[in-house]
Amino acid sequence: MFDWFPKNISTFGGDIDYVFKLIFYIVGIGFLLGELAILFFVVQFRRRDGQKAKYISGDKWPQLGWILIPTVLVLFLDLWIDFAGAKAYDAVKGEMPVHDVIVEVSSKQYNWIITYPGPDGVFATADDITKENDLHVPVNKVIKVVLKSQDVIHSFFVPVLRLKQDILPGRTTDVWFEATETGKYEIACAELCGYGHYTMRGFLHIHSEEEYAAWLAQIWPAE
Amino acid sequence: MAEQATSEVQHTEQMSFVRKYIFSVDHKVIGKQYLFLSLFMALVAGTMAYYVRWQLAWPETAVPGAGWIPEPTAFSGIIPPEFYNALVTMHGTIMVFFVGMPLLLGAFGNYLLPLMVGARDMAFPRLNMMSFWTIFTASLCMIASFFVEGGSAAAGWTGYAPLSADPIYTGVTWGLNLWIIGLALEFTSFLMGGINFLTTTVTMRAPGMTMLRLPLMVWMQITAAVLFMLSVGPLVAGAILLLLDRTVGTGFFLPGKGGDPLLWQHLFWFFGHPEVYVVLLPGIGAVMEILPVFSRKPIFGYRTIIWSTMVAGVLSFLVWAHHMYVSGMDPNLVMPFSITTILISVPFAVIIFAFMATLWGGSIEFKTPMLYAIGTVTTFIIGGVTGIFNGSPPVDIFIHDTYFVVSHFHFTLFPSVFLGGFAALYFWFPKMFGKMMNETLGKIHFWWTMICFNLVFIPMFVLGMGGHMRRIYNPMQYDFLKPMQGINQFITYSAILLLLGQIPFIVNFFWSMFGGKKAGDNPWNANTLEWATTTPVPHENFDTIPTVYHGPYDYSLPNQNEDWQPQHLEKEPAAVA
Amino acid sequence: MSGASTVTEYQATHTVPGRMGVWWFLASEIMVFGGFLAVYILYRMASHGAWAAMAEHVSAPIGTFNTVVLLTSSLTMVKAFEAVDKDARDKARNYLLITVLLGVAFLCVKGFEYSHEISMGFTPLSGSFWSFYYVLTGLHGLHVLAGIIANFCLYIMAVRGTLWSKNCQGRVEFAGLYWHLVDVIWIFLFPLLYLSY
Repeated sequence: MFDWFPKNISTFGGDIDYVFKLIFYIVGIGFLLGELAILFFVVQFRRRDGQKAKYISGDKWPQLGWILIPTVLVLFLDLWIDFAGAKAYDAVKGEMPVHDVIVEVSSKQYNWIITYPGPDGVFATADDITKENDLHVPVNKVIKVVLKSQDVIHSFFVPVLRLKQDILPGRTTDVWFEATETGKYEIACAELCGYGHYTMRGFLHIHSEEEYAAWLAQIWPAE
Repeated sequence: MAEQATSEVQHTEQMSFVRKYIFSVDHKVIGKQYLFLSLFMALVAGTMAYYVRWQLAWPETAVPGAGWIPEPTAFSGIIPPEFYNALVTMHGTIMVFFVGMPLLLGAFGNYLLPLMVGARDMAFPRLNMMSFWTIFTASLCMIASFFVEGGSAAAGWTGYAPLSADPIYTGVTWGLNLWIIGLALEFTSFLMGGINFLTTTVTMRAPGMTMLRLPLMVWMQITAAVLFMLSVGPLVAGAILLLLDRTVGTGFFLPGKGGDPLLWQHLFWFFGHPEVYVVLLPGIGAVMEILPVFSRKPIFGYRTIIWSTMVAGVLSFLVWAHHMYVSGMDPNLVMPFSITTILISVPFAVIIFAFMATLWGGSIEFKTPMLYAIGTVTTFIIGGVTGIFNGSPPVDIFIHDTYFVVSHFHFTLFPSVFLGGFAALYFWFPKMFGKMMNETLGKIHFWWTMICFNLVFIPMFVLGMGGHMRRIYNPMQYDFLKPMQGINQFITYSAILLLLGQIPFIVNFFWSMFGGKKAGDNPWNANTLEWATTTPVPHENFDTIPTVYHGPYDYSLPNQNEDWQPQHLEKEPAAVA
Repeated sequence: MSGASTVTEYQATHTVPGRMGVWWFLASEIMVFGGFLAVYILYRMASHGAWAAMAEHVSAPIGTFNTVVLLTSSLTMVKAFEAVDKDARDKARNYLLITVLLGVAFLCVKGFEYSHEISMGFTPLSGSFWSFYYVLTGLHGLHVLAGIIANFCLYIMAVRGTLWSKNCQGRVEFAGLYWHLVDVIWIFLFPLLYLSY
């Protein structure tokens, strides 16, 4: 059932999947009970000769209990779900942990412009390097991504990280992630941004420490 | 103000054809006009859905039946991305604003509300006529937008700025302006309609028809009208600002000129959530009328349902930011909005449980309207429970803007608009057109629609779990979506079947209208006032205005011979005792 | 069959349908202007110095004068309604005319203001404040114009005597309600646009 999810390779993705599963089981059971009850009522109380329907207006408190008690249960489960999710959301969008690597992703119709601050770790200096559509980061490190947009709203979506963030033009939005596996994954734009929206595809390269060092050495040869 | 003068409207027996059928002020004729408009627009938007689905299943191949579309909109049936975006946008816009609202509020609201409250017409008949011709003009704007240079609006039905705020981003010029103007006219139309709904209900009820003896359909209609009036204002303001951005060159939503793009989303969704209930409430209102009639039982918890509806209506104004969990708004606002969102499931749980309790102990007869009513409840439950996933902020980070969301809102809107709408149509068709609809064709239509609808939208949840983004022109661009292409194709096959499944309905509709079995005054033995008058309904609805003695749902009263008790007849002494 | 004359056929309340209709219309207008004002206030809060600099250039004295004009017209409208209530037809007619003239005066002053500002180089495209200024006052101006037309129609009807027929009952009241709304909207616009820099 949950095989349909893309692989999860972020530290917080597991929590998100957990909340999804929790909701799935809770509402799944509720859903089945509800539908089975309807099916049962419909079969049981189908029209038969000589049998009259019961006159139940449901305006008295004892009768209303039949619908209000299940409703209280629904409310309780709802709140459980909501509070179970609060922590997971806070981990992703709440306060950011201290980052090891920082990178800027600027979006425009229909490309991801990725800027690395270089060895000095500061943007807008001479050693910045800008690449299109390829985001290289090390594994097991906290990565801070500074998101910007040059034109319309885009949405930075990495399915394997369970990370999605709309990017508003005129502001910067920060997100973070920590990948747990190496590999090459896809970045997608999740917010309609024009006719080329579907082509706005980027790649997330997650390197092991050695690979990452080699990649760094390649684009910033030691001076 | 001027509409007061309508009291002078003269009713002559020999009205010209134009006055009687085209510029008619009779709520029954206007209701039918709305009905035909919405069914026609449903056909238009359904065709768009077919083009969209084909493109998703077999990207960039010629769509059978789209060869007639001239270049540069399409190329001998092959749909380019610009047109695809326009199709997605207009499918959503038309289905919500030009099918859902005209069908449920326009057609059934107008037709039924005066009959149900026991009035001779709406309070302002001329305004009523204007409201229809306004939405008619709005529909023309929408359809015309396809034929202007640059094509139709292509910024999504939500029209997020700045994509929608400056023509350079989409290449769409007048198409999107017409979209805004069309929407503004549509809003005006339903504001005018809403005046009538509320005023008629408050001031023109028949003697004895207290507010708590109103059929629930009336309650749902007026609640929907009030919700619409209270929520649409800010969006009208936003639409004016957006139009100025596009045409005059102001920068309300353009960050480069000092504007704020997020504001559009706040304005849109402040309207958006109440709007869902505007479409939903009349749909389940029809279910509330049909369930008691075919289970021969009172609706369970009449007052509780009314209160729940009001609570849901109030809450619907406090949940709009749940559409914006990943929009970049302040994360501290997310928790309060997720709580209100999750609370809104409570009143609807009450209503669903009340429906189930209505079935319990009944004597259920499976006529087509009843099948549709039960179908509405069963599928709406899926729409409700999947809303919990979307309402949960962490899960929404992943499934936001994926097919999970698409499927969720189709599971809420399709049951209310189409299943509820069909239920209503099969149920009130005898009153509206004086003929019975064919039962066999009706049942074929029900099962076909029901099965195919689920086959279309349940797999979409799977796509959403796989991270399949919505509004994607060609999913094959992404490696992680390629393995799911089979599901996309399956959905498209089902969608084509779903569309073909409407043929029995169309045949039934027209065949019954002209050659169906003649309907009696009250073919379902129902209690409410619209069945108390003759079929076909006379010009001023009732020969004499009936007096109402009790509530609308007194079925199977104990100590009584008949299992129904029309509102305009006094109870037999035995039943009173 | 509808309208004030036949209310008695129904039980229910004795509310006149027309009055409910007007209140509904006013409520929807309030929601539209409420939306505009909310947007304006949010923008104002989000941007600091630049707006104040722009807002300085509107003329508070002219705005104050216009406020007085509009408030006075509301008073004369009330007087007109009162006169209708007492069936003092000449008085009602004159008060309607004064209301119309005050409305026209308001628009003239507003037009003078516009031309002055545009001659100073402040157009709707000169920044967010000016965009809002022209949109809000322009929309309000259109409402004033609609009110003037409605009131003028009533005045013509009063001159011709048709206003006193049974069918026209309540019309001065409804027009008055609308006119007060236009006034109230201005009461919000005036401090927000003229006094808040």
